[in-house]
Amino acid sequence: MSYGWPILSTVTFLPLVGALLIFALRGDDDSTARNARYIALWTTLITFAISLLLWRDFDPTTAKFQFVEERSWLGPINFHMGVDGISMPFVILTTLLMPITVLSTYGAIKTRVREFMIAFLILETLMLGVFCSLDLVMFYLFFEGGLIPMFLIIGIWGGSNRVYASFKFFLYTLAGSLLMLLAIMAMYWEAGTTNIPQLLAHDFPPQMQTWLWLAFFASFAVKLPMWPVHTWLPDAHVQAPTAGSVVLAGILLKLGGYGFLRFSIPMFPLASADFAPFIYTLSVIAVIYTSLVALAQEDMKKLIAYSSIAHMGFVTIGIFTLTMQGLQGGIFLMLSHGIVSAGLFLCVGVVYDRMHTHEISVFGGLVNRMPLYAAVFMVFTLANVGLPGTSGFIGEFLSLLGVFQVNTWVATLAATGVILSACYALWLYRRIIFGEITNPALKALQDLSLREVAVMVPLIVLTIYFGFHPNPVLDVTATSVEALMADFKANLAAAEQARLALAP
Amino acid sequence: MTEQLNLLPLLPELTLALGAMALLMVGVGGRAETRGELVLWLSVAVLALAGVFVTMGEGTVTLFGGSFIVDPFARLLKVLALTGAGVALIMSRDFWRNDGGMKFEYPVLLLFATTGMLMMISASDLIALYVGLELQSLALYVVAAFKRDSARSSEAGLKYFVLGALSSGMLLYGASLIYGFTGSTEFSQIANAVQPSGTNLGLIFGLVFLLTGFAFKISAVPFHMWTPDVYEGAPTPVTAFFAAAPKIAAMALFVRVVISAFPAVTDQWQQIVIFLSLASMALGAFAAIGQTNIKRLMAYSSIGHMGFALVGLAAGTEQGVQGVIVYLAIYLVMTLGTFAVILSLRRDGKMVEDIDQLAGLSRTSPLMALALAILLFSLAGIPPLAGFFAKFYVFLAAIEAKLYLLAVIGVLLSVVGAFYYLRIVKIMYFDAPVEGFEPMPRLLAVVLGAAGLLIMFFFVYPSPLVAAAGTAAKSLF
Repeated sequence: MSYGWPILSTVTFLPLVGALLIFALRGDDDSTARNARYIALWTTLITFAISLLLWRDFDPTTAKFQFVEERSWLGPINFHMGVDGISMPFVILTTLLMPITVLSTYGAIKTRVREFMIAFLILETLMLGVFCSLDLVMFYLFFEGGLIPMFLIIGIWGGSNRVYASFKFFLYTLAGSLLMLLAIMAMYWEAGTTNIPQLLAHDFPPQMQTWLWLAFFASFAVKLPMWPVHTWLPDAHVQAPTAGSVVLAGILLKLGGYGFLRFSIPMFPLASADFAPFIYTLSVIAVIYTSLVALAQEDMKKLIAYSSIAHMGFVTIGIFTLTMQGLQGGIFLMLSHGIVSAGLFLCVGVVYDRMHTHEISVFGGLVNRMPLYAAVFMVFTLANVGLPGTSGFIGEFLSLLGVFQVNTWVATLAATGVILSACYALWLYRRIIFGEITNPALKALQDLSLREVAVMVPLIVLTIYFGFHPNPVLDVTATSVEALMADFKANLAAAEQARLALAP
Repeated sequence: MTEQLNLLPLLPELTLALGAMALLMVGVGGRAETRGELVLWLSVAVLALAGVFVTMGEGTVTLFGGSFIVDPFARLLKVLALTGAGVALIMSRDFWRNDGGMKFEYPVLLLFATTGMLMMISASDLIALYVGLELQSLALYVVAAFKRDSARSSEAGLKYFVLGALSSGMLLYGASLIYGFTGSTEFSQIANAVQPSGTNLGLIFGLVFLLTGFAFKISAVPFHMWTPDVYEGAPTPVTAFFAAAPKIAAMALFVRVVISAFPAVTDQWQQIVIFLSLASMALGAFAAIGQTNIKRLMAYSSIGHMGFALVGLAAGTEQGVQGVIVYLAIYLVMTLGTFAVILSLRRDGKMVEDIDQLAGLSRTSPLMALALAILLFSLAGIPPLAGFFAKFYVFLAAIEAKLYLLAVIGVLLSVVGAFYYLRIVKIMYFDAPVEGFEPMPRLLAVVLGAAGLLIMFFFVYPSPLVAAAGTAAKSLF
């Protein structure tokens, strides 16, 4: 399906147009703030609507890149965009979460609204660009460019320790990414191109694959984040404003997983096979260790941040099984986590807007004052735990199913993570929602406003809908994942052939 | 044998030299109140005229028995140097106006310095090289001490002179050794005489001394000591000038000498360049962290950036030279923009140089803060800003030349460097505002705005610069 106009560019750069409009706003503070919110909301909504056309016209029967656009840009580096079954769902996830997040900031962001919305819309463009790029250098541009708006979002609108958190976030991610940049250059000299479809077909020498894999790993492991380079995430989450946390957990973390799927596995299959046990080890440690750490947290956001790291552990385990179930499960879990963790952070944001703290000990007995809130929070908590009937279950189940075929030990250890996640999530829920109200400040709390309900409903609907009916997502990704697997297997077989041929 | 002496390729240098002398007359004859600014604008016009003459040339021409060469490389770098000099001159107007009026000698001295730079860029012979270099340096020593009654400025000038003279001495000694062992001062003949096999130890000695002199001029570690003091002590518009045009000329010289005179012993000078590059990047990154004076910080920043540019030269390939040129062009724009901000930090009639005084700039002058933030992120090399492309091309060359260790250490040091640029962004954006500054002079605002837009939107259409740099690099090989 092709359009007379470049639909992917439109989706990607439309938020930038909104940002420019907001930049041009003049007037007194109140009216600019109001107008900036309106423009941001409508821009993100229109972007979402256009991106739904992508979903409608996407052809799930082919693993080829679709809606491709290509224009010459910088010598051998072209402006090249397109999506396949792996990237398309992430595009939709991004465009979906953005209007919801913008709506959620109405109560939270009161200062410098104009600047916030500009940073936010620029961030949306950059994130969409990452998923749509079909050129390595362009991918890197978008991938790394996202640091600037996020740095400012955490640093300007964040909590009391925001400077530390923003620097840590920025420098950690930058260090990882720059190694990937060098790997990109090495790939350019080896293959003579930065065109992703061509690189996917290129066979890199095995020795080189190892180094390239490690360089990409440095970047994606920090971004995802994987144990032991995860420490920036809890700080960033705690200090970031609610909207920042939502985007961070919902979309930015997925860039790492997407990177593994798009680059590490198909481009360096031999290294991926070699390093799979390494990934399993780190992931299992992450799942168990960060779940235990989550149990000890006194801060709601920190707890959810650690739970995110644990869930990303499931994702990497699933992806590196290189089985149909594992890959599909990993992708599905990322999408589901995008929705669920966004919901959880929005729930924290609701009480933060009222009480200006996310210390767990401040709360207790909220069900008495906020029954609706208690119900919403419950849905997301259970989805986070992976209760059957929620989207979280499908992803975790498929990942575990995948890894069980490959390595039962990993499966067993990872499964304990599911139990632990129930422990910390339910315990958090009990401490916040149930019991008597002991803190007198909580007695005057209002339940969810209409705007807050409007923010939550789409997420709840999707969580439950995909819990019962995951096929819309799984069908879209299936062909691309199959192609990825087939290519991987073929590469391994070829390498084995070569090895046997060399053996005396 | 009658050889027609064609002076046409020499037109830019002639314009500058004759223009500077004529303006000296204008200055002497003019009225005391107005002559300073009159000469300033006439100097800018002379620079622009020289720029037009530079761009009119074509192909590769050599003059004076091969000691003066005009090729695409020279033309592109001359345009950059002239731009840097011109913009730095324009930016100096408001500073001198607030400082008791522009003295007409200032623009004239800068014109002489720029003449020297153009000769350096075109020099294809050790003697021509030295003449250009000294013409530039002598003028610069004077402008560094231009505020005669300021102890700091005089100290800067003296320091610069003593160390500069020392480095010139070393450079001369190196040149004499090279002449002694090759029998020629002309680059192409030196290149013919130098053989890769059984390299002569005396020649290597000469090369080392020569490179030491160059390293001093581009302020590469370990010959950087003068830079922070001179940057801090010299009047701010002079610092802005130092950070821009002379760096370009000296780097051009460096590149031309090692590429066109010593291609046969690449492995010898490559080690030196790699060391200079690594040490400069490291010192630039770490020493800048503790600075509180923004001019000193810019000194360390420029040391670091020269280190990054040398990464390209270390590769010793056409790709590497292209990277150096792209780097210099983008560095020029970033530096001039940043100094436009520094020059406008004025409160109660006094210049402010303390970084902490920028606190909350995003509230008091949001557009200036935005432009400076863009420049700082670009200096840190964050995409999609132009500074990223600068680093991209030099590291691309380093990877091609298989200098993996240099590249890895280089990018990690750029993370350290990012820290101190971010610190300024943090002070401007995250900290509570202090008093605002006096409104930005219009000329500086124009320079800052132009630099910010160029850096911000470079990614939209980057190919002209990259292609021009490619052509220029090709002409050296």
